[in-house]
Amino acid sequence: MKTFEVQNVKDTRSGFGAGLHELGKQNPNVVALCADLTGSLKMDAFQKDFPERFVQVGIAEANMIGMAAGLTIGGKIPFTGTFANFSTGRVYDQIRQSVAYSGKNVKICASHAGVTLGEDGATHQILEDIGMMKMLPGMTVINPCDYNQTKAATIAIAKHNGPVYLRFGRPAVPNFTPENQEFEIGKAVLLNEGKDVTILATGHLVWKAIEAGHLLAAQGIDAEIINIHTIKPLDAQAILESVRKTKCVVTAEEHQRNGGLGDSVAQLLSMSFPAPLEMVAVNDSFGESGTPDELMKKYGLDTTDIVKAVEAVIKRKN
Amino acid sequence: MNFKVHKTLNQSFIAAIMADIQQLHHLATQVRRDILRMVHGAKSGHPGGSLGCADFVTALYAEVMDHQPSFNMDGVGEDVFFLSNGHISPVFYSVLARTGYFPVSELASFRKLNSRLQGHPATHEHLPGVRIATGSLGQGVSVAVGAALAKKMNGDTKHVYVLMGDGEIQEGQNWEAFMFAAHNKVDNLIVTIDYNGQQIDGSTQQIMGLGSDIEAKLKAFGWEVMHMDGHQMESILDTLSKAKSASGKGKPIFIIMKTEMGYPVDFMMGSHKWHGVAPNDAELEKALSQLTTPLADY
Repeated sequence: MKTFEVQNVKDTRSGFGAGLHELGKQNPNVVALCADLTGSLKMDAFQKDFPERFVQVGIAEANMIGMAAGLTIGGKIPFTGTFANFSTGRVYDQIRQSVAYSGKNVKICASHAGVTLGEDGATHQILEDIGMMKMLPGMTVINPCDYNQTKAATIAIAKHNGPVYLRFGRPAVPNFTPENQEFEIGKAVLLNEGKDVTILATGHLVWKAIEAGHLLAAQGIDAEIINIHTIKPLDAQAILESVRKTKCVVTAEEHQRNGGLGDSVAQLLSMSFPAPLEMVAVNDSFGESGTPDELMKKYGLDTTDIVKAVEAVIKRKN
Repeated sequence: MNFKVHKTLNQSFIAAIMADIQQLHHLATQVRRDILRMVHGAKSGHPGGSLGCADFVTALYAEVMDHQPSFNMDGVGEDVFFLSNGHISPVFYSVLARTGYFPVSELASFRKLNSRLQGHPATHEHLPGVRIATGSLGQGVSVAVGAALAKKMNGDTKHVYVLMGDGEIQEGQNWEAFMFAAHNKVDNLIVTIDYNGQQIDGSTQQIMGLGSDIEAKLKAFGWEVMHMDGHQMESILDTLSKAKSASGKGKPIFIIMKTEMGYPVDFMMGSHKWHGVAPNDAELEKALSQLTTPLADY
């Protein structure tokens, strides 16, 4: 099992803020909108250095999405910023009609996704957003794993012409992917080659999959670990190539089973290469208040949950 | 045609204006014939509000707006229009076709399979003239505010126009947009509300009263408010001219346009009944007999 050097421990939302600030320097058409959460979304640097391109919309997310769609008419590339819950469920019809169906070049940037939002509780811990967003025709859905990758993804989506949902989070997590990496939308990243099981992880669960890989290696299980930072379009080729070798899969994500990465992988496998699949995900439940670590443990999203899922799926082979 | 309102007019200029207005009347009447024939052909659609807004949308495209029928999505350097109450798509499509955006013969495809003329306006099929999908109500003003901001950022001095329904103002998102536009001095934006007092289930007063004074509400939100008679071409041109003059002064502009749903077809006026119902053959014939114009049907 390959080891990854942790450069530092940082929140993915700060990666977004750094990426957005970089875009402000690179591209005069990039515009940022925020619904009264500038500090939480780490959009302050952009606001400070590019005030003429920063739009404070107040606590009015529906209007923010509509205005973002309107800003594209005039050649702007709007990045909207608020919590994942208010970026998706609260404004689903606005995104559906004014952005997705209208084919607008809007980047919906969503922080505090999942249970790692922590103490605020279930009202704010959305676990359904990937599902909602991936169902929209033409929507790209990205969930990077660490600071460096979130920064790279933020910069990359400005070059992609079309609506994008970029999901990231609140807690500080190990930052281990290369600094200044090229982010390729839709291209899975093979982190560790293995032959016994394929672990497909996204977002905060990628680091936990790496931790699980070390525990599994100690048991003599050789795990192939792939970072699926783009849930839609899914890198079917990379996934099928791996599963043809390992013959079983575990998916890991901070999201509901319904509608998440596991659901996309199940669809792919059942149609193209049926193989045993276990999902590490929240199983039809809301979250609650607690620390991120406590919640990841309670809701079955921890390193040991991945290990157990691997053990279970390997038993189902043959 | 390039109408301007002047305080002192010589006789030949007045004659030219009257000829202009006569032409606009003919065009608006032809648009009404198109609306009825499209909705009849599709056996569905929303004729009432479409008929009521025919004079306004005709005046906008044929006279008021500086726009390019060659159509560029970004609309840089031209006036742009958004139809927030997308269900009155027949009036939008007819006016777009009649002002050169696409062949008038295509109006026959309204609401049919494989058509660019969807039930509600959409960009998905790339119909020239449509810049955003509308139909799910309450979203058009927000989009227009965004487009108006983009114009400001681009140093583009042209205007953004929106038409919205009066029942539509019940959608809360409008009020978010109203607050934003006033707070941020989005003064290149001219919103017109089709104040016909009707919505699908009945009159607006019955369903969800808009309040006795919509003007006071918008003024309290910080908007410049104007009134016009949506069936008097002179009133429409005059008010839009005043609205343009009032733009650029720190306030977005809201025009309360009094109309009659179904106007001027006698059996369609004064009720919500024709909000979303297609005329049958006999009703179509009767309605068309009340709408004569020297122009030709598609």
